Amino acid sequence: MNIDLSNMTKGLRPFRARPGARRELEGLPRALLLIITLISASTLLMVAGFLIFNSVPAFRSIGLAEMLLGTSWDPTSHIRAAFGMLPLLAGTFLVSILASLIAIPVGIGCTIYLAEIAHPRVRAFLKPAIELLAGIPSVVYGLFALLILQDWLAGIFGLSSGYVALNGGIILAVMMVPIMVTLSEDAIASVPRELREAAYALGATRWETMRSVVLPAALSGIVAAIILSIMRAVGETMAVLMAVSQTPLLTLDPFSGVQTMTATIAIEMGETAVGSIHYSALFAVGTVLFIITLIMNTIADLVMRRFSEAYQ
Amino acid sequence: MSQIEVRDLNVWFDKNHALKNVNMDIEGKRITAIIGPSGCGKSTFIRTINRMNDTIPSCSVKGSIKVDGNDLYGEDIDVTQIRKRIGMVFQKPNPFPKSIYENIVFAPRIHGVRDRKALDAIVERSLRRAALWDEVKDRLDKSAYNLSGGQQQRLCIARALAVEPEIVLFDEPCSALDPIATAKIEDLLIDLKNDYTVVIVTHNMQQAARVADTTAFFYLGELIEHGDTQRLFEKPDEKLTEQYITGRMG
Repeated sequence: MNIDLSNMTKGLRPFRARPGARRELEGLPRALLLIITLISASTLLMVAGFLIFNSVPAFRSIGLAEMLLGTSWDPTSHIRAAFGMLPLLAGTFLVSILASLIAIPVGIGCTIYLAEIAHPRVRAFLKPAIELLAGIPSVVYGLFALLILQDWLAGIFGLSSGYVALNGGIILAVMMVPIMVTLSEDAIASVPRELREAAYALGATRWETMRSVVLPAALSGIVAAIILSIMRAVGETMAVLMAVSQTPLLTLDPFSGVQTMTATIAIEMGETAVGSIHYSALFAVGTVLFIITLIMNTIADLVMRRFSEAYQ
Repeated sequence: MSQIEVRDLNVWFDKNHALKNVNMDIEGKRITAIIGPSGCGKSTFIRTINRMNDTIPSCSVKGSIKVDGNDLYGEDIDVTQIRKRIGMVFQKPNPFPKSIYENIVFAPRIHGVRDRKALDAIVERSLRRAALWDEVKDRLDKSAYNLSGGQQQRLCIARALAVEPEIVLFDEPCSALDPIATAKIEDLLIDLKNDYTVVIVTHNMQQAARVADTTAFFYLGELIEHGDTQRLFEKPDEKLTEQYITGRMG
């Protein structure tokens, strides 16, 4: 018996891949993108490796405990050089805490206003304006702190010099607010409209809805925004360097000069001999800073992940 | 006198005239169904009854809605009091991301109930009333998100009942639910009309026929016809209504 199969296969033909053509073209961009991604990702590993590799000599000759817990940072002393990181940690901590104390209430206030109170037309103008603040180079903020803000502070608090930790804290706060507002406004905006409607329909006022429904639902996003903006303060170099007279004192006095970790690296790196203990100690400072930001980033990431599951 | 009297109601969203000269009387302790094709203004209509449209900035309302003789759009009106007396259940179940217990006590708390025992009693009463108590009584402290869609919708009904409203508005409450969950809600609706006035928007004509005492047909922002459900489905007065219920339109 003769069965003609040609009609059956004819029907299938349009779905068969033409040999070559499209599939080959897809291979190339795919490989390229993979390489680019791998390079970006491996940068992190390289940075970490570079920092750790260069800081090993310092940790080895000074000792881990002495470096992390030593209370004096005096690397150029002729009598006995000291590489205790505690004053630098305290400096970074103090400036960042001052900045957070100012920026968190201001940032949350701005966010609530923008997200729930402001008229849409007002928001359409204010939100981009605040976001624009995030794009101003930190050296410009630093200049403002250096020339104007310190003068005000000296006048208000009767200080002989306004280049104190508080000066740095305020300017960092100004830099933190836009990040916090942008991110936490996004978190609030992503609370589903249905939840607000549910609260309104039960007779809740706008404020009650905000306080009891929207803010709790957006809380993890807001916390993540706060952590990320604190990271910005911890990592900021130029503005603090210009705003605060860099003196490595172990103090938590907002009216004292302090020295932050970032500024230490920026100031002292140019004056050290490559390969010296001081040189290596600055890398050690960088390593510690790197670990701090890594921890904060991880926390923010974990908090954020919880957030994205909230409405499943 | 009807419990809800709607007179010359007009609603605009910016320049879009969403409701046109609606006049309608809604009887107390009855189920009134609102039907009509998508975009006909039926949801907009029930959202004027608890003034939910106020939350949309582009919306403007003219005309009057009287509930027990009091104009909802009159002067010196506290919208939160309106919404306390006129509850609403939405299309998609929208429990708060909180425990079952917290969902129910949310409204009583904001309206001033603080006593723990009183709140406990409200939770049990509301959940029983929404035919959910037996299914959840052992896990009141668990997240409402662990419930099924139908259970979530009954939780939303219980949440609305917790402040003892007089009127409950349902905006397509079953459109996200499966047939079994839908049947449960429908049974519940029929049971609720003993104590509450129910207005339900539905795109499902069988549902209107099953549960409603009277049915209103909206088309392009106008109320075409409102009357006894059985009569409206068997012998509609208006040509448009007939076309819609026989499936020749919409």
